[in-house]
Amino acid sequence: MDRQEIIDELKKVLTPYMEDKELLGGINEQTDLIKDLKINSANLVDIIIDAESKYNIEIDMDSAEKMTTVGSCIDIITEKMNSKT
Amino acid sequence: MRTQQYREIVEQLPYKSSFLFVDNISLLNEDQVVGDYTLRKDAFFYEDHFAGNPITPGGIMTEIMVQIGLVVLGIHLITCESGQMNVTREGKLFPLLTSTNVSFRKMVLPGEKVTVISRKQYFRFGKLKCYVEMHNSDKEVIAKGMFSGLIKQFRHNREMSQMEKA
Repeated sequence: MDRQEIIDELKKVLTPYMEDKELLGGINEQTDLIKDLKINSANLVDIIIDAESKYNIEIDMDSAEKMTTVGSCIDIITEKMNSKT
Repeated sequence: MRTQQYREIVEQLPYKSSFLFVDNISLLNEDQVVGDYTLRKDAFFYEDHFAGNPITPGGIMTEIMVQIGLVVLGIHLITCESGQMNVTREGKLFPLLTSTNVSFRKMVLPGEKVTVISRKQYFRFGKLKCYVEMHNSDKEVIAKGMFSGLIKQFRHNREMSQMEKA
């Protein structure tokens, strides 16, 4: 799975936690989940749990703390998917 | 032994007097909690809600579900995780409700005893999510819903001093 594919999948994970779905249109690797997408910080945990089941990975505390932008989410998801195989 | 342990958790709750809504804990483990509270007839909110017709406010019912269903279980989980007692001492820990979709089926009148049953959905990265039901003494469902909250722990000195600056 390349980065663009992960972004497309990640959008589906983020959508339920966004009030303004139109913000997803301008998404790029620098997009900040809280500042740009206006996601409630308490929902970051739900996003991580949904991403875990979607990609069949396990995300630890240290990695979770880094997942603040779309780019860093992709980094962590890629890293976890690669270390699994 | 167990009763003693439950009582210690209730004593650790950061709520006091008129806003403490936990009387007894009858079951508590890493996955669930059951507890009860009897609404005091002289509670502060009955005089005005409603004038001449006291009914427990939905907000108070929600608070009872939060205190038993989320906060008691949350403190228990943190105590298990950290291995230390009295995690709430000196304001090192405080609970924050982050979301609920509670729905109400029946009214609760002054003097009624309600039982709260909460089952953990997950506890991760400091966030606890539970499915919580409130029953009356006839075991009928009064209210139910998904509740989420954060148990915030001050990472001592650093966050404390940031708070003081703010």
